[in-house]
This record gives sequence, structure tokens and C-alpha cells, in this order.
Amino acid sequence: MCGIVGLFIKAPELEQDLGRLLSGMLETMSDRGPDSAGFAIYGSDKADLVKLTLSHSDPAALERVAGALDAHLGYPAERTIRSNHLIVSVRRADEETARAFATAAGLRLVGAGKRMEIFKEVGLPIRVAEQFGLSGMSGTHGIGHTRMATESAVTTKGAHPFSTGRDQCLVHNGSLSNHNSVRRELTREGLSFETENDSEVAAGYLTWRMREGASLREALENSLKALDGFYTFVVGTENGFAVLRDPVSCKPAVMAETKDYVAFGSEYRALSGLPGIESAHIFEPEPAKVYAWERA
Amino acid sequence: MPVVDLATVPLRSLNAELHKLPQNTNETHWTIKNPGGKHALAVGLDAPVIVEIEGHVGYYCGGMNKEATIVVAGNAGVGVGENMMSGEIRIKGDASQAAGATGRGGLLVIEGDASARCGISMKGIDIVVKGSIGPMSAFMAQEGNLVVLGDAGEALGDSIYEARLFVRGTVRSLGADCVEKPMEAADRTALAGVIARAGLSDDVSPDEFKLYGSARTLYHFHVDNASAY
Repeated sequence: MCGIVGLFIKAPELEQDLGRLLSGMLETMSDRGPDSAGFAIYGSDKADLVKLTLSHSDPAALERVAGALDAHLGYPAERTIRSNHLIVSVRRADEETARAFATAAGLRLVGAGKRMEIFKEVGLPIRVAEQFGLSGMSGTHGIGHTRMATESAVTTKGAHPFSTGRDQCLVHNGSLSNHNSVRRELTREGLSFETENDSEVAAGYLTWRMREGASLREALENSLKALDGFYTFVVGTENGFAVLRDPVSCKPAVMAETKDYVAFGSEYRALSGLPGIESAHIFEPEPAKVYAWERA
Repeated sequence: MPVVDLATVPLRSLNAELHKLPQNTNETHWTIKNPGGKHALAVGLDAPVIVEIEGHVGYYCGGMNKEATIVVAGNAGVGVGENMMSGEIRIKGDASQAAGATGRGGLLVIEGDASARCGISMKGIDIVVKGSIGPMSAFMAQEGNLVVLGDAGEALGDSIYEARLFVRGTVRSLGADCVEKPMEAADRTALAGVIARAGLSDDVSPDEFKLYGSARTLYHFHVDNASAY
């Protein structure tokens, strides 16, 4: 099954509640996917800095590598450790150096971007949310996923969101039938994949299209032809948030919009705790139609 | 006049209470508060009671209903009124996919829109949608009436066996073996009856609708198609 959620804040005063609201949405979707959970939060940024989200099964290793990274870069990079994930902000010019150093030291790159931070782990969604302190996080938008594993193993790597480009990530409910052939094509285009997961291919496809100049909306419209199977996608970019369902609308989806936010849930239950939901415009996204929002 | 608040009462207790009602119960009017999109609300009822739900419901609300009248002041999730046998379900808002699926009797009224596969495999139920319906509606329909005041999406009535599909607006496309048919007196009487039961006689006339149904060419194997297999 899997459960997916997303929340795009329009009213600045609601940004401080993003994590708390998203946490509630994830918890409600636990019974659609109790195997693992993950979420991406688009928070604050600092000019000329790039945030790397890195993980390691041993949190002590994160502290150790972060210290060594400072020595390697020659300055103390701002860092936050949340359980087994490390967020480190490095100068843009040092991004490749820092990535290479961290991965050589055995850390796994979960995502990178100006504003995006990604956290994912196996276990019950509510425990994962608590483990990383989701409810205390703030930001402009976020997406989340509760996974019932069908296409690949229950591992941290197999958890969503999948990020294949800077500030880009995707959560997916469904299954793609042509992901192997698309993966081969994208690999020829220079993209690399960490898992055998079909959803990572969908994320990679959008990254490739946007790298070639497409907008988020255009990239999703292209994916209707390129990706075969059942899917509901919820996608985040630095300033954007989008939803797409396959032409058969095989997987469930419901959305709510108020003057303060746009919210997505696999089921209405996920939205039932949002402020002002009683008077929200609630609708079911149509099949094969891209819904996208961007912040100015 | 029992009032049940699902913010405090477990759904299972509510459904158990409703299942215990005898045919001659005096508790004939129930109000359900804070449904919160919960699944399987008021399923399997078998008594002539009215259940009013104040808010949105999740999947399969009113499934297998017999005799009860269920009114939802909100939207309904997937499979509302699935396999209902009799009685009435009225949704004030929109309904998600597969509304009235496999229904055998009774009346399902959706005042808003219904999405994909409305009335899939319907077997005798009457469904009235005041708004529009999504793609692949009445797929493999077998009996009953689907009345749509708005438009119908792609592949209406795909692989339909029987059942009457009345659409007032446009039909994006017809599915395999579904064709427009002339409306005979019996069809018109049936349509007028459903419209009246839905309380819409003042709003619409049977003359505004077109009738779609089965061309019955898929009933039997046709040797000319052998090469297609």
C-alpha cells in the first residue's frame, strides 16, 4: 500500500508548525506502511552554503567524521546531528570535496540542497518521526512517506523520499513496470542510482528532465509518457511542490487547499488534523493531471 | 436520538451498536460527530434507521447496507456503499473511486462529483450523481441505473453486460461494447422513478438525458475475432 503525505505552506506564520503537522500526517498513515518512514523538510537556507544530509548506522561515526571534515575543509562547518543523520552546511565551492570525503569515510549521502533536509529509517512511522524530532522542525514545505515494502527490501536505503538532485525529492505510492529500462537510459545520461528501487528511478527521471531545462510541471508531464505503471507522486523542489497520478488513478489521493496551505494525503484521514480543514477545498486529483505550486 | 462522537468513541463500538439494532428499534435516528475520514463507518447495517454523519468519511462507508438511510455531510472515500442491498446513502460532497461498486439494490445519491469507476460491476443498485463521474465508470455493469446529471469520463460502461446509464452532460468516450441507445418507454419510466426517489424531479426532466447500454456483442465468442487471440 504505502502512505504518502505532503504539506506546502502558504502563510508564513504556519511555517513553524510544519514539522508538527507533517508528523501527525505521517502517524495517521502508519497503517498504510509500517515498515519504514521518511520525510524531507525544506527549511531555512544561508547564502552560499549547501546542506548535505549524511547518515551512518553508528551516530558516533557522524561526530568523528564531521570533526575530520572540518579539518579537511579548513573551517568549522555548521552541523546538526539528529540520531543517525548528520546535516552539515558547507560552502558551495566545497560541496564535491565534502561529499567525497564523507562517502570515503563510510557515510551515506541521503540528499543535498540549499534548503532540503531528508531523514529516513526503518521502523514505525511515529517512532521514525520521534527519532529525528520532526515535530520541532519548521519550514515552507515537506513531504513524507510510510512504506509497505513490495518492490525491494526493507532497508534504510529503500525508504523514501528519494533524492537524485539538489533540493529535489520524491515520494511514490505504486509500482513502475519499466523502471529497469528507464534506469539504464538515465545511467547513460550520467545519473547514478543507489538502489534497485523503482521510485528512485522516478526521482532520477524528473532530475534528468529538470537538468535538461524542464520546469517541475513539464518534467512531470513528460513522465506520463516515460514511466509505465501505477503511481501517485508527490515531489518537492527548492521552491515547489507537485502531485501527479497515473492515467488509471490506481492509487488513492486526496488534497486540501486553504489560503494557508496545500496538503496531500493518500487518504483523507491524513488531512483530518490540519487547521481549518473543515472549510478547506477538498478534492481528488484527476488522473494524468499535474498539480504544481511554486513559491515566488 | 443517540449522538456518537468518534473523537472519543471507538469506531468498532459504534458499528457494534448499530449491528445490534433490531428491526423495530426505537433508536431510529443516529448522529455521528467527528468521523475524521475513518474507514468502514456504518457498514453492514440491517435496520430501517437514519444515520447522519457530520463530516468526511473514509473507505467503504455504508458498505453492504440494508434498509438504513445514511447521510454524509461531507466527502466519501473509496467504495462508498459497496455491495449495498437496499436502503439509501446520500453523500452531500464528492465521492472517491468505485462508489456503489457491486451494489445490488437501494439508492446511492452523490450530490457532488464521483471519481473513477463509479458503479463498477453494479448489480441492481440505482446511483444518482448530481455532478460528474470519472473514467471507467459502470465497468462491467450488470443491472441497475446510473444517472449522471453532469459529464462522464473516458470509457463509460466498458465491457458492460446490462444496466442503464443515463447521462445528461457529455461523455468523453464509450468503453468496449457500450453504445448509445434509443430511450424506450420503460427506460424513461425507470429514469423518472430514480430521479423522483432522489428528490430531483423539480430539477431535471428525463428528456434531458441520453441512454447508454450494452450492444451485447461481447456476450458470445465470435469466430471472426479468433485471430485476435
